[in-house]
Amino acid sequence: MASERMTGAEMVIRALVDQGVEVIFGYPGGAVLPIYDALFKQNKLRHVLVRQEGGAVHAAEGYARSTGKVGVVLVTSGPGATNAVTGLTDALMDSIPVVCLTGQVPTHLIGNDAFQECDTTGITRPCTKHNYLVKDVDDMAQTLHEAFHISRSGRPGPVVVDLPKDIQFAEGDYEMPAEIVHKTYKPRLKATNSEVETAVEMLAGAKRPIVYAGGGVINSGPRAHELLTRLVRTTGAPCTLTLMGLGALPASDPHFLGMLGMHGSYEANMAMHGCDVMLCVGARFDDRVTGRLDAFAPNAKKIHIDIDPSSINKNVLVDLPIIGDVAHVLDDILKVWDAKNITPDGGPRQEWWKQIDKWREKDSLNYQKSDTIIKPQYAIQRLYEMTQDRDTYITTEVGQHQMWAAQHFKFEEPKRWMTSGGLGTMGYGLPAAIGVQLAHPDATVVDIAGEASILMNIQEMATAAQYRLPVKIFILNNQYMGMVRQWQELLHGGRYSETYSESLPDFVKLADSFGAVGLRATKPDELDDLITEMLSVDKAVIADVCVDKTENCFPMIPSGAAHNEMLFGPGDSAEKPISKSGMVLV
Amino acid sequence: MDTIERHTIAALVENEPGVLARVIGLFSGRGYNIESLTVAPVTPDESMSRISIVTSGTPMIIEQIKAQLNRLVPIASVHDLTADGPHVEREFALVKVVASGANRRESLRIADIFHAHVADTTIESFVFSLTGQRDKIESFVELMRALGDVEVARSGVVAIARGSKVL
Repeated sequence: MASERMTGAEMVIRALVDQGVEVIFGYPGGAVLPIYDALFKQNKLRHVLVRQEGGAVHAAEGYARSTGKVGVVLVTSGPGATNAVTGLTDALMDSIPVVCLTGQVPTHLIGNDAFQECDTTGITRPCTKHNYLVKDVDDMAQTLHEAFHISRSGRPGPVVVDLPKDIQFAEGDYEMPAEIVHKTYKPRLKATNSEVETAVEMLAGAKRPIVYAGGGVINSGPRAHELLTRLVRTTGAPCTLTLMGLGALPASDPHFLGMLGMHGSYEANMAMHGCDVMLCVGARFDDRVTGRLDAFAPNAKKIHIDIDPSSINKNVLVDLPIIGDVAHVLDDILKVWDAKNITPDGGPRQEWWKQIDKWREKDSLNYQKSDTIIKPQYAIQRLYEMTQDRDTYITTEVGQHQMWAAQHFKFEEPKRWMTSGGLGTMGYGLPAAIGVQLAHPDATVVDIAGEASILMNIQEMATAAQYRLPVKIFILNNQYMGMVRQWQELLHGGRYSETYSESLPDFVKLADSFGAVGLRATKPDELDDLITEMLSVDKAVIADVCVDKTENCFPMIPSGAAHNEMLFGPGDSAEKPISKSGMVLV
Repeated sequence: MDTIERHTIAALVENEPGVLARVIGLFSGRGYNIESLTVAPVTPDESMSRISIVTSGTPMIIEQIKAQLNRLVPIASVHDLTADGPHVEREFALVKVVASGANRRESLRIADIFHAHVADTTIESFVFSLTGQRDKIESFVELMRALGDVEVARSGVVAIARGSKVL
C-alpha cells in the first residue's frame, strides 16, 4: 500500500477508521483542536460528546465490554487527561481494551508548565497497560496501530497516546502497517503439551473438582465461553464464576453454583473450600474471592490458566500454572480429554454433587419478603423476570445494589454484564450504559444504580438526551451509601459516619429536567407497573425505586474470614465478631 | 517459604524514553525493594539497554517481580542471575579521602592493598577508584572513614552470568 501525505490530525482519524472504529467518546479542548477539525471534515467516525472526560472512558469501557471491540476516547491535555485517569485505572483493573488519545501542549512547551499542561505519560504510566508520547509525525501511524494491537491482545488493557499539538499540525506520510510485530511484546497464547496432559490427568482423577472462572473467559472471546461450557458439561464439574465472569457459563446450567467470594453463594464458597482439584480459568485469586488466604481451598490441587504470567502465584501458590489464552488452552484440554475417552469415576462424583445439593438447600440468597416495603433483592428479581424476553444488557454502579444485581440477575451469555469489579468505581454505570446503548441501539440497557453512585456521573444524562439513548437507570434508593453503612454496622459499632445520603435531588424532577422520564415506586405493588412503564418508553428513564433502608447484603464472608465462615443475616454477624486483623482489610 | 532472599536481576529493555521510569515506578508502586539499580545501553546501535537490579524479597515476591517486569511492554527479557547459576558481580566506586600526615600515607597504603587507583590528588586529599564485590568496597570505605573525611560515589552492582552463554 502506498503511503499518503497528510497532517498528524488527519492521520489520527485515518488510523481509527483503518482500525474499524465506528464510535469515539470525547470532549474537545485547546490541545486537540486540529483533531476535532479533522473529525468535522469526515463522516466515517461518529463522535459522542460526553459531559466529563471520566464519562468518556467509562462509556468506551461499556462499548468495549458489550462488543469485544476496542473502546476509543479522545480528550484534551491537562484536566482532560487527569479526568480520564479514574476510567483508565478502572479499565486496567478489569482488563478492558481502551485506546485513549490525549492532546498535549506543543513539543517545545513540554516541561514549561504551559496552560493545560500535565505530564500525561507520567501520570498514566501506572494506570495503563502502555503509553506513548508521539514526538515526530512520522511515528504517528505506527504508534497508533501499535496502541490498538497492545490494547486488544494478550491481557487487554488501556493504552494512552499523548499527541502534542504541533505534531497534529505537522505533515507526514501515513501508511497502515501490514502487521504489527512488536520487538519485545509477545504474549504467549498456547500451553505446552505436557501442561495440557497434566491438567487433563488432574481433572480426570478428581473426586471433588470445581471450575472457578472469571473475566479472562469473556476477554478471550465467544469461543472461550463455548469451550468453558463444553468443558464443564463434559467433565461434569461444578462451576462458579467471579463478578467479572458472570455470563461465561449460562446461569441456567445445572453445573452453575452462582458467584463466589465475599457476597457469593454458600454452595459456591463451600465447594471452593471443599474441592480436591480446582481449575481456575482466567481469574486472578482476588482478595474478594479468596477470603483468608491461609484457609483458602486447603485440600485442593490447583490449576491456573491465565494469559498474564504475573497473575500466577501472586496471591495463591498453584500446582500447575498454565500461561496461555483461555480459548487456546481449553481447546487443547478438551481435545486430549476426548482423545483419551475419559469418564470420571462416578461414585465420588455423585457424593460430591450430593454434598453440593445439600449446600444448595441452604438457599443462601434468600431474604425476608415484605408486602409493605420494597426489598432491593425483590426489585432486581422482578427486573430480571420482566426483561427476560428482551435483548437486555445490565450495567451497575458500585455498592450493595451491585452485589444484589450480581446475585439475583441471571446471565445466559457473556458481554451482557458490565460492572466495575477491580477498581469499584462509583459513577461507572451510567456512562457505561451509554456506551452499551450506542453499540446496541435496539437493546434494553439498564443501569442498576444506587442513589449515591448515580450522582457521581449524573451529568451524563445530558449525553443520553443529546443522542436520544433510551438507557434505563434503575435506582435502588435506600438513602444511604449502603455498602459503607453495612461495614460501619459490622465493624464500627453502627456509627454511620457521613454515609447518609443527605439532600438528595428529586429524581423524578431531575429526569424531567434532562428531558428524560422520571418514575417512582415506594410500595411493592407499584414495582411491576414502574418496570413496565420504564421498559415501554422509548426515552431515557430514571426510575427511583425506594427500597428498604436498612437491608444489608448477605450472605457475606466478613473480611479476614474463610470461605466456610459465611454470615447469612443480621443475627449471624453479632455471633461471629470480626478479628482485629480482619478489620484492617478493606 | 517466607525467608527473604537477595537476587540480582538483569533486564534487557528497549532504549526508549520512560523505560527506566516504568521499572522504578513498578518497584515503588508494588512495594518492592531496590537495593541498587544501574542502567546503560549495551548494543552497538544503542537500541537496547541493560538494567541490573539488586532486590530482596520472599521467593513468591521475587517471582512476582520477574513476572511484573516481563509484563512491561518495552522489556525484552528478564534474567534472574542469582537463580540461574554462578555469575560475576562487580561494583565501581570513587572514594574521596581528606587527610594529612600519617593518615594520608596510611590511606595510600590501604589503597595499594585493595588495588585501588589514585584518580585525583591534592595536598590534603586523594580520590581513589576501586572495582570489586560489594563487601570489598564496603570494607575499603570503612577503613578510609577512620582516616579522615570521606565522600563516596558508587555505581551499584553490575552482573553477568559465568560461562560462554550469551544473552
